[in-house]
Amino acid sequence: MNSIVLWFNQTGSPPRFDAFAARWTSVCFLIATVLLAIGVYAALAVVPADYKQGESFRILYIHVPAAWMSLMIFVIMALQSAIALIWRIKLCELIAMASAPIGALFTAVTLISGAVWGKPTWGTWWTWDPRLTSELVLLFLYLGVIGLYSAIDDRRAAARAAGFLAIIGVVNVPIVHFAVTWWNTLHQGETIRLIGPSKMDGSMLWPLLVLVAATKFWYLGSVLLRTRALNLQQESRKQWAIERYGVQS
Amino acid sequence: MHEFTALLRRDTSLMWRKRADAAQPLLFALMVCVMFPLAAGSEPARLAHSAAAVIWVANLLASLLVLDNLYRSDFEDGSLEQLLLAPVPLPVVIASKVAVHWLTTALPVLLITPLLAQMLFLPDAQLPALMLSLLVGSMLMSLIGAMVAALTLGIRRSGMLLALMALPMYVPVLVFGAGSVWSAGQGLPWLGAIWLMSAGLALLLVLAPWAAATALRIALS
Repeated sequence: MNSIVLWFNQTGSPPRFDAFAARWTSVCFLIATVLLAIGVYAALAVVPADYKQGESFRILYIHVPAAWMSLMIFVIMALQSAIALIWRIKLCELIAMASAPIGALFTAVTLISGAVWGKPTWGTWWTWDPRLTSELVLLFLYLGVIGLYSAIDDRRAAARAAGFLAIIGVVNVPIVHFAVTWWNTLHQGETIRLIGPSKMDGSMLWPLLVLVAATKFWYLGSVLLRTRALNLQQESRKQWAIERYGVQS
Repeated sequence: MHEFTALLRRDTSLMWRKRADAAQPLLFALMVCVMFPLAAGSEPARLAHSAAAVIWVANLLASLLVLDNLYRSDFEDGSLEQLLLAPVPLPVVIASKVAVHWLTTALPVLLITPLLAQMLFLPDAQLPALMLSLLVGSMLMSLIGAMVAALTLGIRRSGMLLALMALPMYVPVLVFGAGSVWSAGQGLPWLGAIWLMSAGLALLLVLAPWAAATALRIALS
């Protein structure tokens, strides 16, 4: 067995993962915080104001990384669930389920920051723009996964059922996006577009990239922390957990 | 195939003995369509404007309401587990269940849709589009529902959760279905959306029974 496969197999075992997560959670959060501080400072103070949107465009620096994370985490969740269903790796179930609340929060941040941005820019909190609508449906999909996971008593069965829902959901997301794009162009013609990052000037782009990296590390730290908690919850009666963290009542 | 027809006969006769249950989605859709003019006022022009949307949403909610019955009674009396153990491919079992479910819950609502259309003053030009989109759409919703409902079998009270899980999956069906009626109302070509839905139906007819079988095995393991 080559060393990478061996590493994955070993880290998949609950006690080893616990040690791994305990070591790396704080490192991830530390990197995320430093990047976040640099990115937010640059976004608020260094970057010049947009000539059209003025100061309000700075919301982009939160909005866009959060939106990317909301989609990425859903895909990660579905992938981890698929791995868990196919190879029955318990840790992947836990990672998928730990990702769901983080993804839901990123989606909520996207929607709220988008609404706050929309008010000065478009003059309204909400429009039925295809992207907005798909993002809202994405939030409902996340909530469905979280709801199903918490409704079933048996934790492993719950993770498998909710994971399967995530897999159906990941197929659904592009269809929803396609459907609402079609629906919206039919109804009101040309829609307002957000600024594409590729059309951004370099001086405005780099804080965005820093913040994109920051949210990735934040997710990593967060998922390690949450997965570790779920892992310990399920393993609390095992010998290693008792030895490492004291006696459980 | 023999098993398929045998199951079909069993489920239809079971349904026939509980005829009153089968009338529920029909009455529900009717009631929703009665509530709407009471809330929005009885002016024909205004009702006609939103008639297609109301009928589509009434159909969607009716199908959501009965979704839980798809496996529930078989699950509670243990026959679902017997079917799981039977030497019949599980997707075949599910395909027959979904077929009966559609025949007994979606088809009655579909049959009274012309009546609902009259109640809400739907323009006659939109009726063919409405009927055709509902025909394909209700089949799609039954198939999608079969996958989602299987996952909630382990939960005792699953009504709200099932809605939360199924409605996002219904979004594309609703958008294309109601969209085609809307296009028909504008005098635009409306068959395109129906073709897209039919393509989705062809895909789901093949995939959904397998996906639902997987979901059922997960829920009952």
